[in-house]
Amino acid sequence: MDDLIADFVSECRDMLESLGGEIVAWEAAPQDRARLDSIFRFVHTVKGNCGFFDFPRLEALSHAAEDALADVRAGRRQPDPALVSAVLAVIDRIGEMVEVIAAGSPLPEGSDDDLIEALKPGAEQPAPVAPVPATTATPQGQAAPRTIRLSVDLLDRMMSGVSDLVLARNELARRLRDTSTDVAVASAFERMSGIIAEMRDAITRTRMQRIESLFVGLPRMVRDLSAELGRQVLVDIDGGDVELDREMIEMIRDPLTHIVRNAVDHGIETPAERLKAGKREIGLLTVSARQSGNQILIDIVDDGRGIDGERLVDKAITAGILDRGEAARLGPKERLQLIFEAGLSTAKAVTSISGRGVGMDVVRSNVERIGGVVEVDSTPGQGTRMTLRVPLTLTIIPALTVSIGTQHFAIPRVAIEEIVRASGDSVELSEVGGAGLVTIRGRRVPQIVLADLLGLDSGLPDEERTLIVLKPAGGDVYALSVDRVHDHEELVVKPAAPAVMATGLYAGTTLADDGSPILLFDPAGLARVGGVRFEAQERSVRLLDDVAPNEAGEAATPVLLFRDCMAARRAIRLGIVDRIEEVPGSAISLSAGRVRVQLGQDIIPLEGLDRLPASDSKIKLFRLSDGQSQLGLAFSDVIDLDAIADQIIPAEAPGMIEGVTLVAGEPAELIDAHWLFASAARPVAEPSSSTPVCRLDLDDPWVRNMLRPIVEAAGYRVITFDTEAEADLAIASAGADVGHTARRTLFLSPDADSAANENHLYRYDRAGLLVALREAAAGKNR
Amino acid sequence: MNELLLVVRIAGQRVALPAARIESVVELDTLIPVPRAADHVAGLSALRSRVLTVICCRRSLGLPMPERTDAILEAAVTEVDGHHYALIVDGVEDVLAATSDPAPVRAAMSEGWERVSSGMVETEEGAMLLLDVESLIAGPDAARQAA
Repeated sequence: MDDLIADFVSECRDMLESLGGEIVAWEAAPQDRARLDSIFRFVHTVKGNCGFFDFPRLEALSHAAEDALADVRAGRRQPDPALVSAVLAVIDRIGEMVEVIAAGSPLPEGSDDDLIEALKPGAEQPAPVAPVPATTATPQGQAAPRTIRLSVDLLDRMMSGVSDLVLARNELARRLRDTSTDVAVASAFERMSGIIAEMRDAITRTRMQRIESLFVGLPRMVRDLSAELGRQVLVDIDGGDVELDREMIEMIRDPLTHIVRNAVDHGIETPAERLKAGKREIGLLTVSARQSGNQILIDIVDDGRGIDGERLVDKAITAGILDRGEAARLGPKERLQLIFEAGLSTAKAVTSISGRGVGMDVVRSNVERIGGVVEVDSTPGQGTRMTLRVPLTLTIIPALTVSIGTQHFAIPRVAIEEIVRASGDSVELSEVGGAGLVTIRGRRVPQIVLADLLGLDSGLPDEERTLIVLKPAGGDVYALSVDRVHDHEELVVKPAAPAVMATGLYAGTTLADDGSPILLFDPAGLARVGGVRFEAQERSVRLLDDVAPNEAGEAATPVLLFRDCMAARRAIRLGIVDRIEEVPGSAISLSAGRVRVQLGQDIIPLEGLDRLPASDSKIKLFRLSDGQSQLGLAFSDVIDLDAIADQIIPAEAPGMIEGVTLVAGEPAELIDAHWLFASAARPVAEPSSSTPVCRLDLDDPWVRNMLRPIVEAAGYRVITFDTEAEADLAIASAGADVGHTARRTLFLSPDADSAANENHLYRYDRAGLLVALREAAAGKNR
Repeated sequence: MNELLLVVRIAGQRVALPAARIESVVELDTLIPVPRAADHVAGLSALRSRVLTVICCRRSLGLPMPERTDAILEAAVTEVDGHHYALIVDGVEDVLAATSDPAPVRAAMSEGWERVSSGMVETEEGAMLLLDVESLIAGPDAARQAA
């Protein structure tokens, strides 16, 4: 709390200082809007902070001034000299009180009614400015902490200087250990070490600040806003202990405030609307910060109405940012990106909250200026997630050092949940199809054996290892088994060379006390490379990519557990699932005797639907591939990714279901992919050496339109008479010239009676034709 | 024209590195491996409180490794994009002045040498291949990916 008060005091002092000139200028020209605005901002800030700190006197004063100034701003009142002096008196009084607070003494009892009264329209000129509320304020000598301003550059130089100093100290320590030194030198060195450590702490503090200082004001702001707008909002704040560069904190303060305002103003509906939409009356706004690799992620999530992509597009077209053609090509993600375009606001009405200040375009440019990124994700009706990613500039990271064999590594402490011994009572190691699982006090988490992942030798058996339970930012919990855990250390971390970062495992390098380099892990990277499956929502898609490098899981057959359109629990072998697609119902049609779906340029057979879907519905399907043909399988949702853990009980009769087996502890029907393809798939016409070739006279319309489809359906590749290629079969009209030869030539005659031998057929003798085609193709493969 | 060259031996060949790019020549003692990094990244080492990423020139060139590597590792230290690298060579021989600008090599070289070559320079001890530091550090994989 003291820190916060100190911040408040210094903020007020800064503002008062810069306001000094403004006040005078405003007195001279009360109509000057810019001056008025900055004075308004000051009293507004003071008011906001006072409420938080419980300084009722200050709050009442600033509130009164804010009201008066708001009237002026709204044009309801003209600034007259009386008002100007009343406001100035208030500002003076605020300044005095701030000094009292700074001195750490309680605010004296007293009344400011005189000043408040003077602010009212038509009030008398106030009595000569009231005496200082507390004459004891700021006695010289024991003044409140003094502050100065420093350039960030200078701080950076100090910071890197100290980092190098620490490293040099470490090296000196090592040299001293190697040579036998006398006690006097050793103790002098000890003292120096202590001083350096202290200095490093102090300098780190000059630069770093807990992100909490950014978050403390939010509940109050949201409360005020929601009261003003008639919303009910619950704010949930998490991750306030993430430390961030002070400069960054200042840079993201405005964007964050703006996003939170937007969430309350545009995102969260009124209680009545929420009830109608089947939601709880109280909207939930979650603001959380976490560290991920070398970034800090700040998520602002609301469960409001979401962003209407269609309307954004319409607005953008109206505003001339897009033309219709471009708009039609935008994907859902790109549509949402439009909110960052200048001049777009989805608010139906500009309210006092959204109308003031910056737009999302400014938010984005502010964040990008510090090397950050703003991401938006929204589901209409369910809410919006905005993510601010800002780079981590911090160079000192608290870390845990661990080792495999003889090599040491460091793990950032923020990601560590707990450390347990693999041999502990509450810990149970198990293996499912080659993948390690650990059950710690009933919680089952995937295990990564660091020695295996890194390909290092570790002499230790599994049970003697130590498990570090990690929760990387944005990822899921997993256990990392290491040989030994050494020490908690504050490490000076430097970025690693690109060749090292390319492994995806490391966040940087540092030097140990003995001067040898240590690699710092990126816990999220470890999970990714180690094949840990995330529980996040987008997992089904992401997982498909992740499973491939999962060497540990080779022995198990990974399956995708899903619910089909009839809500049956089914599983399909992951290997044959090419990808997951979502198509509109209109892409599915009953054509040529079976249900087919159009995917881009391809039309492939579709299984798994009991009836044709409505054309405006969305159908999710697996795109299956056996390497040559493709097939769609419709489903309603993916449940999980798992492995077949048990025996498969075969089905009674061959069909789409191969059998039933236990997946994730419950029975699931396993899709028989072989049957599916055997019954449905048609090979994609792709020339290969094993495809039989048929020579046809394509100049003849009858051949082109009637014969060719039959030949192609029989699996042939068709070439023309003048193509110089080897053909397995040539089909010509009786008496025609065949051109280039083929291994077998078939002559078709237009009248039924003339057909004589096996090489001469009546041209509508379909059965005979098919037999000939099959024989020729078989001859090829013999 | 009169660029100074650091003459080093890599797999029996005398080749030149631009001396202006080389900060120092060091003997590496400890080498910390970087698991799962590209082959030519031999590991990390420390020099005067700085972390060096150690690049094995032979591997970067796709050349066979010597039988025994317990000899002292000699390396040339260079800086690229703010990162310090140590390039392991078989030996550092001399510093010479170039008497010509680099000229393209017209003879066919093996793939590895071709990739890291920035041309042929004349010195008073004869013509010598000038190596490109960045390409050495990037290694064969990067070249393959770019292709």
